[in-house]
Amino acid sequence: MANEIHLRTPLKTEDLEKLKVGDKVLLTGKVYTARDAAHKRLVELVEAGKQLPFDIEGAAIYFVGPSPARPGKPIGSAGPTTSYRMDPYSPALLDVGLKAMIGKGPRGPKVIDSMVKNKAVYLASIGGAAVVTAQSVKSCKIIAYEDLGAEAIRELEVEEFPAFVANDTKGNDIFQLGVEKYRR
Amino acid sequence: MKEINVSEIIPVVRKLCIDTNYYASEDVVIKIKEFLEKEVSPTGRDILQLILENHKMAAEELMPMCQDTGVAVVFVELGQDVHLVGGDFYEAINEGVRQGYVDGYLRKSIVEDPVIERKNTRDNTPAIIYTDIVPGDSLKITVAAKGGGAENMSEVKMMKAADGIEGVKDFVVDRIKRSGGNPCPPVVVGVGIGGSFEQCALLAKKSLLRPITEKNPDPVWAAVEEEILERINKLGIGPQGLGGRTTALAVSILQMPCHIASMPVAVNVNCHCHRHESVVIE
Ligand code: SF4
Repeated sequence: MANEIHLRTPLKTEDLEKLKVGDKVLLTGKVYTARDAAHKRLVELVEAGKQLPFDIEGAAIYFVGPSPARPGKPIGSAGPTTSYRMDPYSPALLDVGLKAMIGKGPRGPKVIDSMVKNKAVYLASIGGAAVVTAQSVKSCKIIAYEDLGAEAIRELEVEEFPAFVANDTKGNDIFQLGVEKYRR
Repeated sequence: MKEINVSEIIPVVRKLCIDTNYYASEDVVIKIKEFLEKEVSPTGRDILQLILENHKMAAEELMPMCQDTGVAVVFVELGQDVHLVGGDFYEAINEGVRQGYVDGYLRKSIVEDPVIERKNTRDNTPAIIYTDIVPGDSLKITVAAKGGGAENMSEVKMMKAADGIEGVKDFVVDRIKRSGGNPCPPVVVGVGIGGSFEQCALLAKKSLLRPITEKNPDPVWAAVEEEILERINKLGIGPQGLGGRTTALAVSILQMPCHIASMPVAVNVNCHCHRHESVVIE
């Protein structure tokens, strides 16, 4: 079993600096959802010097477009989407205080550099284990861009949301290190 | 001549869409357990266990295993002695997809215009439908829910005869290597060889319908599948790309005759959800 570490949002730099790639984290607190379309709008706001729809200082963004919730449930299935599509937008958000991104699959060198510079991390959650992850979501409300449907920005309240540290604050990348370790 | 009223097809397709998204298929469960025993990476084992737990929870909670409930790819085998009556057959299939995705709380992931507007159709239609006319008087319908993450890692290559079987193996292994963690490994690798540019892609997709606990019926191709699988699982990508030995659960090849000047090869990647379900209407 990998190391299990509890984290709480808003995230603090000193907590993030302790994380190493491969650590399992259980995240609790507020997490914001955003996919491609929402990212585009967020970055446009940053560039225009306007206020974002949520407080990005110490925030975690989860790359997800959930399935519809059944009546009485906070959310439907909610696993990660592929992160590289957010690569063009992530550095601009990291520069204004974003501290963690959650998704699946590797990130590009520019995002990794920006994480080192801003002391932020990228967490990999498990693609296709979307009911397990949904169980850790206690509440969900749309806070911006309702017109985007599944891609609207939601504020999630999560409890012990499971994920793995994929990029730490030192520039390590599990997608390289892990593969090197197990390649034969 | 046997008559089938197309209105009978709607509830069948509706149920196929829902079931394939809620319930993991037995062959996938067997294979994941098999690989879990061999997985040496602790993170990898953790992830495979979570995937198995997810199967159980999805079935209990009546929720889709993954939030990307895919585009509905519908394969029809229509007996030539069947007369379809009562309306438009393809519209009936689409109505089944519509009802399945709306009533089953599945995500709607289809955009109308692929480039300019990309506006969601809001009911996951249109489905992608392939029809084969076959002998007999039954109608077989298969619904495959194809997620975007894995589909995006697929590729067609017009290879040369001189590339030979080694060239084919290298291409497939390299395609999975370049995919890394993006298609939610462990994956199932569908390979289509021969035919033409478009035909080999369809073969690759159809090859994914074979139960992954079954070997290729042709021992020569079965050996090729096994070798490719072994090479893929030496890449080190592992579950979700975080490192490990379980990168693919199976490789499945379908081949057909082709032109003397050509050797088209297609790789269609599927994630571990590997969702497809069939029903025969008699
Ligand atoms: S690739 Fe499969 S498991 Fe991964 S997000 Fe897409 S549908 Fe889900």
